[in-house]
Amino acid sequence: MAEIDREQLLDVYTRTMKVNRTDEKFRELLMQGKVAVMYYCVRGQELISGAAMAALEDDDYVVCTYRGQGEQTAKGIPIEKWWGECLGKETGTCKGKGGTMHITDPDTGIMVTTGVVGSGLPIANGLAMASQNNGDGRVTVVSFGDGAANIGAFHEALNMAQLYKLPVVFLCQNNRYGEHTAFADHTSSPDISGRAAGYGMKGVKVDGNDVNQIYPAMVDAVEHARSGKGPVLVEAMCYRMMGHFFGADFSYMPEEHLAEMQAEDPLPKLRKVMLDRQFSEEELDKIVANIDVDINNAVQHALDAPLPSIDEIYKDVLEESA
Amino acid sequence: MGQITMTQAINLAIDEAMAEDDGVFCLGEDVSAKQGGGVFKVTAGLTEKYGEQRVRSTPISETAIVGAAVGAALAGQRPICEIMLMNFVAVCMDQIVNHAAKLRFMSGGQTPCPMVLRTTTGVGVGFGGQHSDMLEAWFAHVAGIHVVTPSNAADARGLMRSAIDANDPVIFIENILCYGLQSEDPGVGYRVPLGKAAIAKEGSDISIVTYGRTVLDALEIAGELDKEGISVEVIDLRTIAPYDEETVLASVRKTGRAITLHEAVKPFGPGAEIAANIQEKCWDTLKGPVRRIGGTFSAVPFASQLEQAWIPQKSDLIAQIKASVGKA
Repeated sequence: MAEIDREQLLDVYTRTMKVNRTDEKFRELLMQGKVAVMYYCVRGQELISGAAMAALEDDDYVVCTYRGQGEQTAKGIPIEKWWGECLGKETGTCKGKGGTMHITDPDTGIMVTTGVVGSGLPIANGLAMASQNNGDGRVTVVSFGDGAANIGAFHEALNMAQLYKLPVVFLCQNNRYGEHTAFADHTSSPDISGRAAGYGMKGVKVDGNDVNQIYPAMVDAVEHARSGKGPVLVEAMCYRMMGHFFGADFSYMPEEHLAEMQAEDPLPKLRKVMLDRQFSEEELDKIVANIDVDINNAVQHALDAPLPSIDEIYKDVLEESA
Repeated sequence: MGQITMTQAINLAIDEAMAEDDGVFCLGEDVSAKQGGGVFKVTAGLTEKYGEQRVRSTPISETAIVGAAVGAALAGQRPICEIMLMNFVAVCMDQIVNHAAKLRFMSGGQTPCPMVLRTTTGVGVGFGGQHSDMLEAWFAHVAGIHVVTPSNAADARGLMRSAIDANDPVIFIENILCYGLQSEDPGVGYRVPLGKAAIAKEGSDISIVTYGRTVLDALEIAGELDKEGISVEVIDLRTIAPYDEETVLASVRKTGRAITLHEAVKPFGPGAEIAANIQEKCWDTLKGPVRRIGGTFSAVPFASQLEQAWIPQKSDLIAQIKASVGKA
């Protein structure tokens, strides 16, 4: 396998750390009681988002889920607006009307964040269908978990995407839990990527904790989709290192699973790859420090921002009321 | 310009919109030429003009069909998706209710969803319990959707153009029994605004608020009762939600009496909402209670004699009008 270009590696690292620092900050604010909202932690899945978004062009489309912080921040959503939305403020991407589960920012390609498991896949097909119809060359990436692979929308969407050879990449972040149920207890097949064969689709399974696997896999998948060869199902194996949502009990995770998860943590592994590729400790620390400064400023901005005005409940229902 | 059927009217409206805007396209089960242009031929002839990419026959995958329409609409296109029969919306409600209807609001206005969902249904065809329901109340109960149904061919042409123009999702309900109705062709570019009712017949004693196929029943009865000296006003809502409250209330303030009439079942039907609204806002001018007529509260039965008895009865409409005006 060809080595990842150094510049690309740095891009993946920066995006990945943005995801991680955002996640750490969110949990800190929740722990301190400064914020009280639903938040779905992405600890353990940061690299998949960082690598996947680094494989896209700026104007490509993304559809994600309530656990979509990674895709959103890694794609480049303006973080002041992101924090504003998560805190339910007027300055948010959606004026505080969407919230953590419905972040939308078409300017950076974040088209839909759905709170309904599996619903993003058919919508991603539609975005890709528009690109196919008007020849704009865009690719749509839709991210979802292993739990989503068992809802009918998954099957309908994959069949239709392959039928029309839509420029879409189905990115399954297999974090081994569907809500609180372990993979083996909710899925009869040994994996998700194997199902691609049933649709005549290209399917790949990679280690989502290894940048040398997930990044090239996403680059290949995006290229495949963009070139008109059709969709790809990428299954990125990872661990959800926390409960289903912030504060949720996850004592049901077996001891050996927790140990395995710690050993496979994508962040120390990524750091090691960076050091092996001659990036210095100082350089990497500086990147994180800069991200932290931006995040702290954005959080403060969001905390200080006004609440949405009450008449917003009547606006944006239909065009007339916009 | 000659006469057109409702089938032709809808087809012409879609055709002219596709000719004007490359972003308009059709998708649904069997809609393409290879499959005959739709089970009721509404999209016949369009594939030949615009190609298979803009008239996509789909798998039997309602969630994928509506989801694709939602996604394409978010990307700025104007999809017209077809859910072959209205009962099948039950298998794709998530895409309609949680996504199409709400994405404008939840995004703070950033992602409007300009799509049309065409669907057909109707009682009296012998299709039984899973192919006949009028389920418009389900959608009228969700903010962010227009619900439209024509009662004649000219309105069908004008409403379809407006539905395609709209920057929000429109559920466009076609009654199977109305496809053959003929009107004078209103011509290219004709539009009937959404949210605007028509006074199908003027009258002074009582207002019948209805839509779709039952407009025909109401007009027939109104004609008969004219001869008996009862002057019935018939309001064709055309848009069921959000409906033209102004026209309805003005009519009731004039007549002082109202009956809501629809093929959908009576309990919790659109008529219940309209009747309640009339009673809240026209109480001072009402001369009696607002009455409601709707389909029987059971599944639509198969056997012809049962199905015919299930439908709102003309005899019941006459009796209720007479009871309202005190001529029972």
